[in-house]
Amino acid sequence: MTQSVVVQVGQCGNQVGCRFWDLALREHSHVNKKGIYDEALSSFFRNVDSRLMSSLQAVLVDMEEGVVNEILQGPLRELFDTTQLITDVSGSGNNWAVGHWTYGSAYREQIVDQLRRAAEHCDCLQCFFLIHSMGGGTGSGLGTCVLKLLEEEFPEVCRIVTSVYPSAEDDVVTSPYNSVLAMRELTEHADCVLPVENQSLVDIVNKIKHMSHSGKPGSVIKKDSAIISGQGGVSGAEKPFDAMNNIIANLLLNITSSARFEGSLNMDLNEIAMNLVPFPRLHYLVPSLTPLYTLADVNIPTRRLDQMFTDAFSKDHQLIRADPKHSLYLACALMVRGNVQVSDLRRNIERLKPMLPFVSWNQEGWKTGLCSVPPVGHSHSLLALANNTCVKSTFMELRDRFTKLYRKKAHMHHYLHVDGMEQGCFTEAISSLSSLIEEYSQLDATKDRLMPDAARLNIAT
Amino acid sequence: MSIVTVQLGQCGNQVGQELFEVISNDANDTQRKVYSECSSERFFNETANRELVARSVLIDMEPKVISQSIAKTGKSGKWRYGDRSHFSQKQGSGNNWANGYCVHGPRHEEVVMDIVRREVEHCDCLAGIVAMMSVAGGTGSGVGTYVTQCLRDTYPNSFILNHLTWPYGTGEVIVQNYNSVLTLSHLYQLSDAILVHENDTVHKICAQLMNIKHISFRDVNKVIAHQLGSVLQPALTGDSHGIYNRNPIGELMSSLVCHPEYKLLSVCNIPQVSSSSMAYSMFTWPGLLKHLRQMLIANSKMEEGIDWQVRAPSFQPEGTERTGSHRRPGFNTSLANLLILRGKDVNDAEISGFQHPSLYTPWLPADEAFSMWKTPVPFNKYEKSAILVSNSQTLLRPLDNMVGKAWNMFASRAYIHQYTKFGISEEDFLDSFTSLEQVISSYSQL
Repeated sequence: MTQSVVVQVGQCGNQVGCRFWDLALREHSHVNKKGIYDEALSSFFRNVDSRLMSSLQAVLVDMEEGVVNEILQGPLRELFDTTQLITDVSGSGNNWAVGHWTYGSAYREQIVDQLRRAAEHCDCLQCFFLIHSMGGGTGSGLGTCVLKLLEEEFPEVCRIVTSVYPSAEDDVVTSPYNSVLAMRELTEHADCVLPVENQSLVDIVNKIKHMSHSGKPGSVIKKDSAIISGQGGVSGAEKPFDAMNNIIANLLLNITSSARFEGSLNMDLNEIAMNLVPFPRLHYLVPSLTPLYTLADVNIPTRRLDQMFTDAFSKDHQLIRADPKHSLYLACALMVRGNVQVSDLRRNIERLKPMLPFVSWNQEGWKTGLCSVPPVGHSHSLLALANNTCVKSTFMELRDRFTKLYRKKAHMHHYLHVDGMEQGCFTEAISSLSSLIEEYSQLDATKDRLMPDAARLNIAT
Repeated sequence: MSIVTVQLGQCGNQVGQELFEVISNDANDTQRKVYSECSSERFFNETANRELVARSVLIDMEPKVISQSIAKTGKSGKWRYGDRSHFSQKQGSGNNWANGYCVHGPRHEEVVMDIVRREVEHCDCLAGIVAMMSVAGGTGSGVGTYVTQCLRDTYPNSFILNHLTWPYGTGEVIVQNYNSVLTLSHLYQLSDAILVHENDTVHKICAQLMNIKHISFRDVNKVIAHQLGSVLQPALTGDSHGIYNRNPIGELMSSLVCHPEYKLLSVCNIPQVSSSSMAYSMFTWPGLLKHLRQMLIANSKMEEGIDWQVRAPSFQPEGTERTGSHRRPGFNTSLANLLILRGKDVNDAEISGFQHPSLYTPWLPADEAFSMWKTPVPFNKYEKSAILVSNSQTLLRPLDNMVGKAWNMFASRAYIHQYTKFGISEEDFLDSFTSLEQVISSYSQL
């Protein structure tokens, strides 16, 4: 059984991380009724002593204490060892340069130490999950510094990054700078990035709330089943942002489900990187999750399986705002959980294929996985990860917001004052983003053209 | 004589387990003692406590599938896997042939070959080795190819039959075509014969013949196991002089693989019906053989949907030049065929339809091209079954499609960085493509 280590950086990263641990425990206790430490648990938890006192394979980093202190006082405190927490007091002031250069160099050794310790506890370390946001200072700056460290110290371990991108109406003025500077690091050093947009999460939360409050008969949502629900977990009352963060936590649970539980067609984490990344820099995968909830009324038939597949490709279920159906798919992965058979999977792929434009050299670019254990509260679920050129539009918007500020040199002095930061960093970052957009554009250009098959080798007869 | 199977990767292990189930049920089922004993000896080792232990080596780079297999068979009580006959690691091959072949294979070579050696030593006399794997993933394909290479080096005089499962055309794994091309090109040099099952075909059999509504991989694997079992179970051959053949794999090879350029074999087995319809079905040898012959020449894998319009070209008298008339569109030319008949009244079956020269390529005399095995013992509850193992153009189109898609992807160099980082270069890819184009060309010209 392989293990993964979660590295949560910054306020957002730590809040999402906590929701992840909470839901992971809920899922495992649901499956593992006897409470004995088993193989499945070992992928994220290590057994500290004979009681089920597992310790999380995690490293928590934050440059201000508020969030981490809350964790230390919350119900999950038993699971963390204080050495796993790396904190400072004053925060990064929403400044990528402070996070990346100042704290990056100050805490470098401590961070590397902690990472090594976490890795040593693992029998077979397969993957690092980095959770952070792009718009702030710590998550964005220190988070990407940690990413570089992971690549240097553990080059063979897969790095999957969950990045929360700011919405256009973000209240942090400098978030475009922070995001673009972080993007460069993600493009160079991550194996896979799962971009998530706050606005999409808000839309999903509203949709569910609307559904449950609509008062229509039979529209009561089954307890524990909403993707935003944290009920049944360890933590107590819901805090703001919890609903949104639960969605991301569910994303991580679903990605790792095949590595933790058995199924007829297993899909490991290293297989995700292998199949979904045809060219090294184009590793941004659009996530979408279904179902969002299960209705409680048993008289209403559960939503048909096929509906679940259709939903996964609808904009309502995506975690970033983009339009994959009108862009080009480079590859797509479907991770199915629950009692679903290969024939159901094949039928739905056949059905959906004509509506989804795939690149000419990868017309059947589907990677599929079947895990028998469904998530809590559902009989089956589907996670779709698409490597699609539609992410280009998200990046172009980001570039526009960056350019608006950069043209006026607004706020730049805050960054340039920091040791290690120079004007060059900005120009390199924006040029890296531009060339990434260009690579996606070139592939897009092939979309409507009928590409001829490559001429085959000729054999002399 | 005994056969040792090596089960590689998730598919190889899942199919292998179903195979031993089928064989064990078939052998237990029958009243014919000699048949049962021969089958048991061939596939199982009887321990001191009268337990049947499969002569099988289980290999995978991640542990879940093998632990499940061992647990399941341990419970059934009829047979089990050997306690130390398996090897697994913690982390899979990531669907990457290069990872399997260049990293995992060499790293674990010693341990794996030790287990194989132990299993071979338990055999009084080794009939051959059957390696079972898929071509789409990373372990079955990559590690499987490396292990086949080691087997060839360690047992240069033994027969090695590779059983391959080809994936669904519409993708289970995105890089499946790369993995398949690399596997096939290497195995062609190492293996004595390559027996292929395609998921698409077996899926259709499940859907249309067996009427299974929600087809699972288990259903698919059971059909594959049934077909493979029907080939490997004991039979009386031309050379065996009234007793069950002692050299099944060797005889398979000499009947079907007369030329090193032509190693791809496929299997057709009729009838295949759902267990509920079996009680109501009556089959006759003439009916079965007529369908089977048409399935061969019209390239159909099932009794339903056969194209009866395809006909063999009319017979040319001896001495006249045989032109390309046998290469009619839709007509499947064979190099060699092996017909296996199992069941009641087997000696009454009329098989001359399979011996007609028009079915075969001109450069091999028809009486060399056709062989037959039979046994009066019915197989796996079917009163009569007819199995055709064929070295023909059946796999030509699927192979061509696979190579075409892989080539298209290679032209844009997509995913190549994932292979080069483990040591497979672009030149290696080109070599593989070249070998397979050669195979395609050879089969096209049959």
